Amino acid sequence: MNVLVCISNVPDTTSKINFVENDTQFDTNGVQFIINPNDEFGLTRAIWLQQQQQAEVTVLTVGDASCEAILRKCLAIGAQKAIRIDALPTDGFAVAQEIAAHCKNESYDLIITGRESIDYNGGMVGGILAGLLGMGYVTNCIGLTISGDTASLSREIDGGKENLSAALPLVIGAQKGLVEEDDLIIPNMRGIMQARQKPLTVLPSQNLTPKTTISKFEKPQPKGAVKLIAEDQLDQLIELLHSEAKVI
Amino acid sequence: MSVLIFAEAEKRTFKKVGFEVASYGRALADQLNVKLIAVAINTDDVHALAKYGVDHIVQIDTVALENFSAHNYAKALAAVAKNQNAKTVVLSSTANARYLAPLLSVALEASYASNVVALPVSLDPFVVKRSCFTNKAFNHTTLSGAINLIGLASNSYGIHEKTSQPEIVSFSVDVEQDLVQTQSIEKVTGKVSIADADIVVSGGRGLKGPENWHLIEDLATTLGAATACSKPVSDMGWRPHSEHVGQTGKPVASNLYIAIGVSGAIQHLAGINASKVKVVINNDPEAPFFKAADYGVVGDAFKVVPELIEKLKAFKAGAH
Ligand SMILES: Cc1cc2nc3c(=O)[nH]c(=O)nc-3n(C[C@H](O)[C@H](O)[C@H](O)COP(=O)(O)OP(=O)(O)OC[C@H]3O[C@@H](n4cnc5c(N)ncnc54)[C@H](O)[C@@H]3O)c2cc1C
Repeated sequence: MNVLVCISNVPDTTSKINFVENDTQFDTNGVQFIINPNDEFGLTRAIWLQQQQQAEVTVLTVGDASCEAILRKCLAIGAQKAIRIDALPTDGFAVAQEIAAHCKNESYDLIITGRESIDYNGGMVGGILAGLLGMGYVTNCIGLTISGDTASLSREIDGGKENLSAALPLVIGAQKGLVEEDDLIIPNMRGIMQARQKPLTVLPSQNLTPKTTISKFEKPQPKGAVKLIAEDQLDQLIELLHSEAKVI
Repeated sequence: MSVLIFAEAEKRTFKKVGFEVASYGRALADQLNVKLIAVAINTDDVHALAKYGVDHIVQIDTVALENFSAHNYAKALAAVAKNQNAKTVVLSSTANARYLAPLLSVALEASYASNVVALPVSLDPFVVKRSCFTNKAFNHTTLSGAINLIGLASNSYGIHEKTSQPEIVSFSVDVEQDLVQTQSIEKVTGKVSIADADIVVSGGRGLKGPENWHLIEDLATTLGAATACSKPVSDMGWRPHSEHVGQTGKPVASNLYIAIGVSGAIQHLAGINASKVKVVINNDPEAPFFKAADYGVVGDAFKVVPELIEKLKAFKAGAH
């Protein structure tokens, strides 16, 4: 079984979000980049498939050379091979097209993306990739077992979950629940040493024209100070929520 | 030329987001000076859309679409969009809409922007404002497709009434076997889901243990609210994962969000910041949540919450 895990390189969740160049670029100064959390849940599930069902796990990112650090981390976690497509990830469609172009030459049985990245929150890459490749697609995936060439899956829906089955090849959008937080693999020294020897291939970009472009960023308006209500004045809170905020 | 919206339904009745998307679509169609067309799949009362200014309703009714299938719903919407020569398509941000939107964008070769929070900043070029970095910022995105697809962020535009007399036509679609088959659906009944709720009551580690969750549940019941929790609470198994909200959990965009014994870590706030009004109850006046909240009570949850429930019950009994 060949499994591809698509990895997005995102700012750490505690990063200060600032912009430079006249608010047209994200300020990466002092920002630490991590494996997108949703992708990491997916990667962990893929490593289990490797350990239990002899899957070969390849990780892929679309980005410049600065993304190689997180690819090495994925290799240290246990992926066998890494691929970097040398293109700037301008929009979800372009990223999915770059990945699709690579996948057409390979025979992946399972392609894992995160349900969304925590920087642009687009939630687009997995679905567009599935659409371009004509594969089945399940996002918000919180359960996956594979036997032979079929998969049983669970998808989180508003107010519950849906159980599904699908034939491989398949694209999924991973999130917490596919594995638990405690299951995430912290690379050990041996893994880190081995990762240095594992192949990291750089593939050229398709040089696509993106379908969307970001012209500028802005930050939310600063919010006013909290109104504190004394704990023995709860009637006042109810009155404020009713008459001022008009939410009850 | 037209604006096309998908008015989502559940159990043959439109969801509130369906009306929000219709309201947004109406305003957008007015700006573009074109017709607003709504697609309704398996619904009983399409006339409900007449309250939100829809000009034309395309009604699809087939058992083959009884279960949601992202593939077939996307295919049906693409067929209508092509048939109606729609240049702009608007979807909501429900789990299902976010699931089918990328597939629809491929089918229509459309430019797609999710998390759109307002009417376009400019029509030519077509520029929309979107939230990014999990509500910590916004960006302006230019869509340059022959067809543009917008995912409207929940509760960002609101519901605005405008009466119309829509023309209703039925439409039939080819439904093929989806590569993905639904086997069963497990839904909690009798509870409001976080996605649909106007009010969400959320508990954190400050509640000390699962045995104290009756406080959260009673308050939620009193308000007709959904219940939610912080990440550690679900990680420790005090509450199901489906209640975990925040950057790595469910997003919340309710009218009112009440956080009890939640410190207000940046990852928690990121996920709930789209809520309109935030209330915090915490015994630590230094808890970061107080900086993000509109109203706050510094106090012990075990004392404040039971009293708040009593007072709310009295308020509800008096007001209605
Ligand atoms: C990559 C990453 C992603 C994350 N994603 C999320 C996410 O999606 N959602 C999320 O919630 N967290 C997330 N976190 C975790 C986050 O950083 C915090 O650890 C978490 O939100 C804290 O949960 P809490 O507020 O329940 O607990 P604590 O931080 O322990 O806060 C408990 C609060 O309860 C108060 N308290 C105690 N006793 C009482 C009492 N008797 N009455 C009233 N108040 C009381 C305390 O003053 C305190 O403020 C993430 C972390 C990382 C690193």
